Amino acid sequence: MATHAHTADPDAPAVYEQFEDIDQQQETYILGMWSFLVTEIMFFGALFLIYSIYRWQYQGDFYIFHKELDYVLGGINTTVLLASSFSVALAVHYAQLKKKRQQLLALGFTLLCAFGFLIIKAIEYGKKFEHSKFPNDTFVWDAAKYGGDPEHARLFFSLYFSMTGLHGLHVLIGILVIGYLMYLIAKDHPVITDYVPTELVGLYWHFVDLVWIFLYPLFYLIPK
Amino acid sequence: MSAILERTAAPDPQVKKNYLNADHTLASWLLTTDHKRIAVLYLIGVTVMFFLGSLAAAFVRFELTSPRGQILTHETYNKMFTAHGVIMIFFFLIPAVPAVLGNFLIPMMIGARDLAFPRLNLASWYVWTISAVIVLTGLIMGGVDTGWTFYTPLSSLYSNTQVSLVLVGLFLSGFSSIMTGVNFIATIHKMRAPGMTWFKLPLYVWSHYATSVIIILGTPVVAITLFLVVLERTFRIGIFSPELGGDPVLFQHLFWFYSHPAVYIMVLPAMGVISEVITCFSRRQIFGYRFVAMSSMAIAAIGFLVWGHHMYVSSQSVLQGLIFSLLSFLVAVPSAIKVFNWSLTMWRGSVQFSTPMIYALAFIGLFVIGGLTGLYLAAIDTDVHLTGTYFIVAHFHYVMVGGAILAFLGGIHFWWPKMFGKMYNEFWGRLSAMVIFLGFNFTFFPQFILGYLGMPRRYHVYYFAPEWQFYHVASSLGSTILGIGFLMPAFYLTASLLRKDNVAPANPWGAKGLEWENASSPPVTLNFESQPIVTENPYNYDPIEDTNKVRREAGLPEIPREDPDKEVHH
Amino acid sequence: MNIFKVLPVAPEQASERAFGYDLIFWTITILAVVFTILVFALVLALAVRYRRGSSADRRYPVYHSNGIEAVLTLVPLVLGLGIFAWSSADFVKFRQRPKESMEIFVIGKQWMWHLQHMNGIRENNELHIPVDTPITMTMISQDVIHAMYIPAFRVQYHVVPGRYTEMSFTATKPGRYKMLCAMHCGTQHSEMVGFVYVMSKSDYARWIEGGGNRYEPRAATMVAAGEQVWNRKACGNCHAGMDTVRGPTLNGIFNAQRRLTDGSTAKAAPDYLRESILLPWLRLTKGYETTMPAYKGQLTEEEVLQLIEYIKSNSNTSTSGSPQPYSAPGARTLPTPTHPENATNRANRYGSAGVTQSEEGAMNAR
Ligand code: HEA
Ligand code: HEA
Ligand code: HEC
Ligand code: CUA
Ligand SMILES: [Cu+2]
Repeated sequence: MATHAHTADPDAPAVYEQFEDIDQQQETYILGMWSFLVTEIMFFGALFLIYSIYRWQYQGDFYIFHKELDYVLGGINTTVLLASSFSVALAVHYAQLKKKRQQLLALGFTLLCAFGFLIIKAIEYGKKFEHSKFPNDTFVWDAAKYGGDPEHARLFFSLYFSMTGLHGLHVLIGILVIGYLMYLIAKDHPVITDYVPTELVGLYWHFVDLVWIFLYPLFYLIPK
Repeated sequence: MSAILERTAAPDPQVKKNYLNADHTLASWLLTTDHKRIAVLYLIGVTVMFFLGSLAAAFVRFELTSPRGQILTHETYNKMFTAHGVIMIFFFLIPAVPAVLGNFLIPMMIGARDLAFPRLNLASWYVWTISAVIVLTGLIMGGVDTGWTFYTPLSSLYSNTQVSLVLVGLFLSGFSSIMTGVNFIATIHKMRAPGMTWFKLPLYVWSHYATSVIIILGTPVVAITLFLVVLERTFRIGIFSPELGGDPVLFQHLFWFYSHPAVYIMVLPAMGVISEVITCFSRRQIFGYRFVAMSSMAIAAIGFLVWGHHMYVSSQSVLQGLIFSLLSFLVAVPSAIKVFNWSLTMWRGSVQFSTPMIYALAFIGLFVIGGLTGLYLAAIDTDVHLTGTYFIVAHFHYVMVGGAILAFLGGIHFWWPKMFGKMYNEFWGRLSAMVIFLGFNFTFFPQFILGYLGMPRRYHVYYFAPEWQFYHVASSLGSTILGIGFLMPAFYLTASLLRKDNVAPANPWGAKGLEWENASSPPVTLNFESQPIVTENPYNYDPIEDTNKVRREAGLPEIPREDPDKEVHH
Repeated sequence: MNIFKVLPVAPEQASERAFGYDLIFWTITILAVVFTILVFALVLALAVRYRRGSSADRRYPVYHSNGIEAVLTLVPLVLGLGIFAWSSADFVKFRQRPKESMEIFVIGKQWMWHLQHMNGIRENNELHIPVDTPITMTMISQDVIHAMYIPAFRVQYHVVPGRYTEMSFTATKPGRYKMLCAMHCGTQHSEMVGFVYVMSKSDYARWIEGGGNRYEPRAATMVAAGEQVWNRKACGNCHAGMDTVRGPTLNGIFNAQRRLTDGSTAKAAPDYLRESILLPWLRLTKGYETTMPAYKGQLTEEEVLQLIEYIKSNSNTSTSGSPQPYSAPGARTLPTPTHPENATNRANRYGSAGVTQSEEGAMNAR
């Protein structure tokens, strides 16, 4: 798609042909991102609703099952994500100041955190697989030893895997997007000369972080 | 409706450059980001899907002519109506008006050069096409026998058909919807031409705004729900199946949380079409602009609160049922407002019975019948006997076929010259509208009686009640007429493209609106030769001048015009 | 010959509820017809009068009028609320369990109806009931969702796996009525069809005496069958006449408030009892541990229903406030037949499907 600048400023970011000027383009992008995040909220919202219903229905059982989850690893992951949220906010800040090096550094740190998160998540998943907690045919729940209904254990772990899995998928997509953004910044691509793309990525990343902020207590910290 | 800012020279009729002939390669179509071309791509897609869905309906109607069925087994019959419902809902009616007419018209109506995110728009078409291919593969290779509602645990644990594949396809198609919704919202908010304030927006745009809100709030929920059913089938996780500790009624809540608002996704844009067509062919401003605009928003908002009316006898509590029933009556009110405002729009207008207008009037009639029969179902007590019967089938065909499809066809006829620069044959146009109106009533009215008598839907055989056969045969006969009615536009509209002597003028209807007044037919690639600026209210027609033109030609005395000083414009 | 026999436009009215139902139905119909005519007339009149070129006066067009809009909003709103109120009142009445009613237990499965009377008579796809007697169906599905639908009675309710649903009605006219499954349940959904035979009270008593129809001779009563299951599964090992360390007594618990370990309470309604038997650990009775085995997978839905009836029979219902199961006249005193063949022979007297002569007469007359 052809882009053409309406302003004389050579430093100004490219404006796509459907927009009048850069302001309109930026506002539109940000509004579009927010609408997209609304759909994401509904997407996860349905899962959280399902979770709440069953948690309420099988309160005692869920307490028993949650002990399977490692709240220390989960806690580390929470910290990692919070740190990454901070660094992505910094990236937006530097983008506004047009400090390219710092911006890249901040994004790089975010990327690092994201990888760290996924690695820790992978370790956790690995343990669950070892202990036959993945809800397929190999699933085992020793009810005699731990108590709790095996079917509900299966339900709990299906919710665990589908919700953290979907979240993990979002982290993965985040990694790809941040990586691509860094590539464009490094290349001084014309669409990237202002802060809005970074801001959009930041919004998305904050959302991913926020989802985890809910997931962590709901799964790892169930009170008796 | 608006002044042209800086038209340099009248467009040269010899060049006739437009979005269709801008480039002729296949790649230029498949990689286009032009919203108009994407609309055409969608038009081809949904037309194919409509005829595939109709073919399944034809089988259904043929089977039901005999109390013991004709040629299909129970299994195949179930697959037929499922294929019919799934194709018609998810791949025809939900995308039909938004993705074809909406895509084409929204940027033009608000004076924008394109949608906010053209590449997202193209992506939505690809996702839609891929999901359609996946779903069709599932429906043809193996089929699905659960009905379009996919109730668990039938769909999750009991059905041995291609449920998973089809659900994955539907999951994907949801993203196509979401992309369109996000795109429309951003476009309507941020891309309006100078002077195009919210209350100068054409009502068509308003209805799409409401629809897009529904899409982005509802679609993700059904997408994840259907996906969980796939997980349940694959890993036997127990979210919706009681055998595994889950709750089947929870599935219904989540399903209808989307699928009730979805019926307004289907009908709101259709209503938008009617607002445009009625005003144009009555040559006057809409009656009660703000009420019509706001009733769209009201339908979208209240529409999210009534899903439980599909579940009155599903073991939800009595109180829940009563609340949903109350809200269902409230959601009927904005529709009533629309119907009466459209009717009153003809008051002191200058009514012209062109093809789109006949479709629009037929829409009003059939939608009213469909909507009013919705009241039997909204009333919790009457629904007890009617739910799960042909009364429901008749109700929703009245609103969806009689309502949404007639409006879609009306819109296609109305904007056909705009989209393709060709006029269709007016005689065939009017005839098809009337054949469809007749055939439609013939097909679906008997189904109300069948439903009241107690004929359950999704029944392949009814040998225990031979007295029902008469109505089934009547319905099947009617559907033949209806089918002929639907095939007619396919022929004469295609023919109009091939003929050479029917080039349309830029504004054959003398319609108002940026897409008619400020653009050529077909429009150029970036829609307008110059940036339109809006100064007037929408629908600023002049019925007196319009009718006097006819009277002058016929040598009749002109009817008096009001005192110019007293002229009221709102 | 009556044209409506061949071409009916309304289903028969054969229950207490049918007339009131039809009253609402036809009222809405009148309303719908009036509004349809109104809109059609309005559209046609305006379209014709103001057709292009007509001499109608077009000066001073009205583009908006809050007065008209108010009428357009309020009239449908008020009429709608009126229908809502009326229909809701009827619905609330219909969903209430009658004070005294005869219980029928319904088990839906792909693709047949399985019905069981209190006195143990079982039927498949057929149900015999006495006229003018309140009936309460307690329903559950063994697999997918079905819907019990009897058009002539204007009643329908879903039959859901995993929970009991309930539906009450009173038949008012002897005869044979369609009993359909109105929720798509798979391949043979359209053949999940049976008939309800409404009999005069005396015919019904005779039918009962004959041991029901010949396909499913009467076994024990529900309570007796429940007792058999109770003994077979040795529930009594833990549940004795009073609370012990092994388990709480179940005497008198039906519909009583139970105190649970987490401090909450629960009413021991059928759904609670079913859950307590199949998945006892979900809600533990205060003072007890998870010692009771989960019987999920070991008991059929039918056996669970029988156990519940047995538990109910051990409850002092006058204090728990639960209604006494209704027994048709004559049914209570019947001896349990020892020879099922006899029952079969006797049922033969009444025709193949257990229809009595007088009822057959009634059907022929229709
Ligand atoms: C385009 C689609 C569409 C539209 C617009 C509607 C509109 C309405 N529908 Fe419909 N409906 C469906 C599509 C649609 N429906 C489908 C597909 C199903 C079945 C799904 C399935 O199970 O497969 C269904 C099922 C359905 C049910 C569930 C029935 C059941 O399964 O038991 C109910 C119950 O309340 C209902 C109610 C309504 C109401 C109150 C409206 C209202 O919005 C109608 C409002 C319009 C009017 C009322 C007419 C105009 C007003 C006047 C002329 C003024 C007079 C008015 C008054 C006096 C109030 N519909
Ligand atoms: C937009 C939605 C839409 C549309 C347009 C239609 C159109 C039609 N439907 Fe549809 N219908 C649904 C949505 C729709 N339906 C839904 C959602 C269901 C519920 C499914 C479920 O229960 O799960 C349903 C169910 C349904 C049933 C109930 C089945 C059952 O419960 O057992 C019936 C029965 O008569 C029926 C009939 C028809 C008919 C006669 C048409 C007619 O309008 C069709 C007219 C067309 C023709 C008669 C064909 C003419 C053309 C051709 C044959 C050309 C084909 C050729 C080529 C491919 C080149 N439909
Ligand atoms: C090994 C001992 C044992 C056996 C055998 C046993 N139960 Fe129990 N049952 C208990 C205990 C302990 C409780 C209380 C804790 C609880 O609620 O689970 C209980 C609770 C119940 C309750 C809930 C009553 C309440 O307090 O609200 C019901 C109903 C019940 N049992 C029915 C049965 C039936 C029916 C059987 C046989 C099919 C059975 N039980 C067999 C030990 C047993
Ligand atoms: Cu059982 Cu349909
Ligand atoms: Cu609905």
